[in-house]
Amino acid sequence: MMNSDTLSPRKQKSSNLAKPRAEMAGKNGALLEVKGLRIAYGGIQAVKGIDLHVAEGELVALIGSNGAGKTSTLKALAGILPPSTGQIQFDGKSLNSVPAHQRVVMGIALVPEGRGVFARLSVSENLLMGAYSRSDDSEIKEDLRRMYELFPRLVERRDQVAGTLSGGEQQMLAMARALMSRPRLLMLDEPSMGLAPLMVKKIFETIKEVAAQGMSILLVEQNARLALQVANRGYVMESGAIALSGESLLGNDAVRRAYLGG
Amino acid sequence: MEIFLQQIINGLVQGSVYALVALGYTMVYGILGLINFAHGEVVMMGAMISLSVLTALIGIGLSPFLALPLSLTLAMAGCMALGYGIERIAYRPLRHAPRLAPLITAIGVSIVLQNLAMMIWGRDYHSFPQLFSNHTHQIFGAIISDIQLIIVIAALCIMAGLMLLIHRTRLGRAMRAIAENQHAAQLMGVDVNRVISITFMIGSALAAVAGLMVSANYGLAHYYMGFLLGLKAFTAAVLGGIGNLRGAMLGGLLLGLIESLGAGYIGDITGGFMGSQYQDVFAFLVLIAVLVFRPSGLLGERLAERA
Repeated sequence: MMNSDTLSPRKQKSSNLAKPRAEMAGKNGALLEVKGLRIAYGGIQAVKGIDLHVAEGELVALIGSNGAGKTSTLKALAGILPPSTGQIQFDGKSLNSVPAHQRVVMGIALVPEGRGVFARLSVSENLLMGAYSRSDDSEIKEDLRRMYELFPRLVERRDQVAGTLSGGEQQMLAMARALMSRPRLLMLDEPSMGLAPLMVKKIFETIKEVAAQGMSILLVEQNARLALQVANRGYVMESGAIALSGESLLGNDAVRRAYLGG
Repeated sequence: MEIFLQQIINGLVQGSVYALVALGYTMVYGILGLINFAHGEVVMMGAMISLSVLTALIGIGLSPFLALPLSLTLAMAGCMALGYGIERIAYRPLRHAPRLAPLITAIGVSIVLQNLAMMIWGRDYHSFPQLFSNHTHQIFGAIISDIQLIIVIAALCIMAGLMLLIHRTRLGRAMRAIAENQHAAQLMGVDVNRVISITFMIGSALAAVAGLMVSANYGLAHYYMGFLLGLKAFTAAVLGGIGNLRGAMLGGLLLGLIESLGAGYIGDITGGFMGSQYQDVFAFLVLIAVLVFRPSGLLGERLAERA
């Protein structure tokens, strides 16, 4: 039973990879479409029926205070937290019964809160783990080279175990690792958390660079100003619901007062 | 001097078997944090299956050079199916249960397998067929038989192969990633359940090899042999640092040597008061000493680092 479950997506994957993933787009409408998503832990509703979407090539910020339900939302999208109700559509296909590991094959990558690097694996092994869902060895090698180009700091440390990296370097590694899966949607959970200002700047420059290459990005951040500066569009989450959304949230008075300090 | 060398050889042979079994304990522990106390029974099943097949094949006149690999292959396949089934039926439903639940289940599985084996093969000792001439080699006065030599060499090759698998392949990388962070591994596209199943199957295949080795070395097998062997291999895994592969190998070999030297000299030490029948005492003295003085084992990390 187990084998038949796992074999079919593998076949699907290799045919996906034969052609670049960008070719498979071209459909109109949003890449990611979420409707009425609810998540509950025990009796407590963390997310109370939200709608959101990310269009192809868009950088969308999801901001809000601690405990607003941002991380839960990303986890549900990645498939590591089961929602209680709601529709998640990716590229026109429902994700509701797709397990987490197959969502990676479909093109969804999450850089989790706290980075989740494999501390006892080397930097290059971490990157190879990012490419786990792929089998095109020569292109994986090429992507490795590209990642080292995008994050030169990782080159010198490629044989070091990831646990010895600084927080900023681990964040770079986590982002590079996620990109190694060649996602169509990159989800970032609090990439600036716990980093020195200079490093935050570097990380956000990289986010802009990746977005400029046409990657669709869903960015969750507590640093609302920074997130809204780089984003095309934003959602504000408040205690499990979307309070506000739109394109010019930076200029919005309510957002200013609540999240940007006046 | 000859006695010393002889005990070293015996210890290495026994230790190779312990190491193979200890690897099964330690791989599962590394990935799931679970001590699979039914693993000793998988070794026993491997021994019983290979022995029955071997006896049957020799009985119809097949050459030992064909019968031996064939029976080993069948035993490995049987044990892999068994390991897969044990994880699927007994452990997976308890993946998020309190730690005590899978531990009790493991003991339950162990009892079930023992009784199953007793129903199939009976309570009697089954003897290993005489396959080769009892050819032996002399090393500085100590004796090593062909079978013992094969056991040590095969075990070393298997361990080297396993290290390559864990450290050089995509599957091994995924296993190490899961051991560290299951959620993150899932986010990389790893089918965690599949890799856990494969881990149980690899451990069980090693158990089958070990089962055949034990019954070949001692010349017999019976339904109850897995219990003590399993406990000792568990001790070896703890001695080396449970969850650590190199630790399991080192722990296995060391435990074999300690036991064998202990058994060889206990008579002299106690002035003949205790004899080599006290051999088993040493394994558990080691277990107690490790748990008291170095619970993380020889190569294990301090427990705080795991949490």
